[in-house]
Amino acid sequence: MNQPRSLAALQPDPDVNAHEDVMVLNMGPSHPAMHGTVRMVLTLDGETIVKCDPEIGYLHRGFEKMCENVTWTQVFPYTDRLNYVSPLLNNFGYALAVEKLLGIEITERARYIRTIMGEMSRICDHLTCVAAGALELGAMSAFLYAIEGRDLIWDIVEEVTGARLTVTYARVGGLKDDLTPDFRERWADVQPRVEKIIAVLDQLATKNRVFMDRMQGTGVISKADAINYGFTGPALRSTGVAYDIRKDHPYFAYDRVDFDVIVGSRGDNYDRYLVRMGEMVQSIRIINHCLRDMPEGPVMVDAPHVVLPAKHDVYNSIEGMINHFKIIFEGIQVPAGEVYSFTEAANGELGFYIVSNGTGRPWRLRVRPPCFYLMGGIDRLVEGAMISDIIPTFDTINMIGGEIDR
Amino acid sequence: MSQNALKKLKTKFKAAVVDSHERLGNETAIVSREKLLEVCQWLFSDEKMAFDMLSDVTAVDYQNRQPRYEVVYHLYSTTQKHRLRLRVPVEEGQESVPSVAGIWRAANWGEREVFDMFGIRFEGHVDMRRILLYDEFVGHPLRKDYPVQKSQPRMDLRSPERDAVEEFRHFYQDRNRPA
Repeated sequence: MNQPRSLAALQPDPDVNAHEDVMVLNMGPSHPAMHGTVRMVLTLDGETIVKCDPEIGYLHRGFEKMCENVTWTQVFPYTDRLNYVSPLLNNFGYALAVEKLLGIEITERARYIRTIMGEMSRICDHLTCVAAGALELGAMSAFLYAIEGRDLIWDIVEEVTGARLTVTYARVGGLKDDLTPDFRERWADVQPRVEKIIAVLDQLATKNRVFMDRMQGTGVISKADAINYGFTGPALRSTGVAYDIRKDHPYFAYDRVDFDVIVGSRGDNYDRYLVRMGEMVQSIRIINHCLRDMPEGPVMVDAPHVVLPAKHDVYNSIEGMINHFKIIFEGIQVPAGEVYSFTEAANGELGFYIVSNGTGRPWRLRVRPPCFYLMGGIDRLVEGAMISDIIPTFDTINMIGGEIDR
Repeated sequence: MSQNALKKLKTKFKAAVVDSHERLGNETAIVSREKLLEVCQWLFSDEKMAFDMLSDVTAVDYQNRQPRYEVVYHLYSTTQKHRLRLRVPVEEGQESVPSVAGIWRAANWGEREVFDMFGIRFEGHVDMRRILLYDEFVGHPLRKDYPVQKSQPRMDLRSPERDAVEEFRHFYQDRNRPA
């Protein structure tokens, strides 16, 4: 047997890589940077990612199967738990889909309230995403500021809806309740504080050397690839495609408010971060515009076959009681048909494809979670990059476990 | 806008489009399985259609109807700003559809989920594994004959070979091979 006599003899040719095996590394499912629960099977060549195979499904709870077995109204609490960072947007997305099937137009005031509350949810979602990203890159203080901002808004959400996270605020045909009487004053108090927090975040992170080095030029995707992979929302807009459903196919009151669609140009993590920061400011604009123009009036549409009767009628008249009983036990009767309704959630296009067979329960309810397709393209974003690039990339993709696994 | 797209599709592929409707502003074409790839290729590449984004892939189990399943595609064009829905009927017993992942990469995960939930296979898909559930799961839960309360047996831990390096070694070798 040939016995090497010195260290140099072990590797006679310095140009040949002595270590040629790849290594498989499990990142997750329980890893501090894998928010939610997701596992990435990484094949590494040194620190370079050769292959990334994301494994999802750890939070799968059969959302779509459950929805087929409850009445149309009982689906609302389940939608809260899809994207649990912005539950109001899911609520409204589902309500809009059912209303399209029913052929109902909600009242003017409800349109404005849905726009306002939806934008508040969007601010919370973006704050959380940006903050978690900064935290994982070492900026603990940025996280604390952002969570304070989110809490300020959640206080308002709690007053209006009765819950901070599991809001169940929308109803088919309108909303559970009107805004609280002091809503405007509360918002006038909170708005400057949230604006200040966004400004602080901007100062802490946007021009921060460490932050920029980690974010710029990592997780890059081209315009054509992003479209081909089904990217939507901030991830698509960061590549320069100005596709925003609020502008292109307006719903609620979005066709009546002024706001800009924020687009990036490079399609990297830094641009996705900047798009989110810019969108928060636009959301505040939308809220103020809506509060200015919002008319008075009912928040529920006048449609007795969909809307529960007033409690006074339920307890004092036989018609009211029967109406109540029929809607609760048999559910709203939605005409047979199919609809695909899509709204702009915080992460992108949130679609509901619903098939009804004309009974009180959905025959099939499909959710198109935006981050499902974002995650489907993450291998494209990280393959060939360094392992440390996964941290900012995974954050700006903003995968939400409840939504992707359903 | 999308009425035009549907009209053009119907005149171009008379035989392939079995049926169509425009209810609720959702233009829908029911396309035969055999012609699906040809139709999709045209929808993707034709300048006027330019359906460059596949919004969603899903399926519906109609249970007591023939054909029993339907695979549903939602297409969108970021340039023309129009939408189209394609539905492909799938017979019970021959649950397979050609994969469109070669045209839209978004179909890669979308089709995996349809396979996972409905057991419909996609011919030509490079990675037809379960996505939300685990490999040992028996049955396909979104089929209507899968009981809601059904439970699955406990699994043993996976064999250590499953994620072994060997499985991925060819990626490394492919890259180093001289062109």
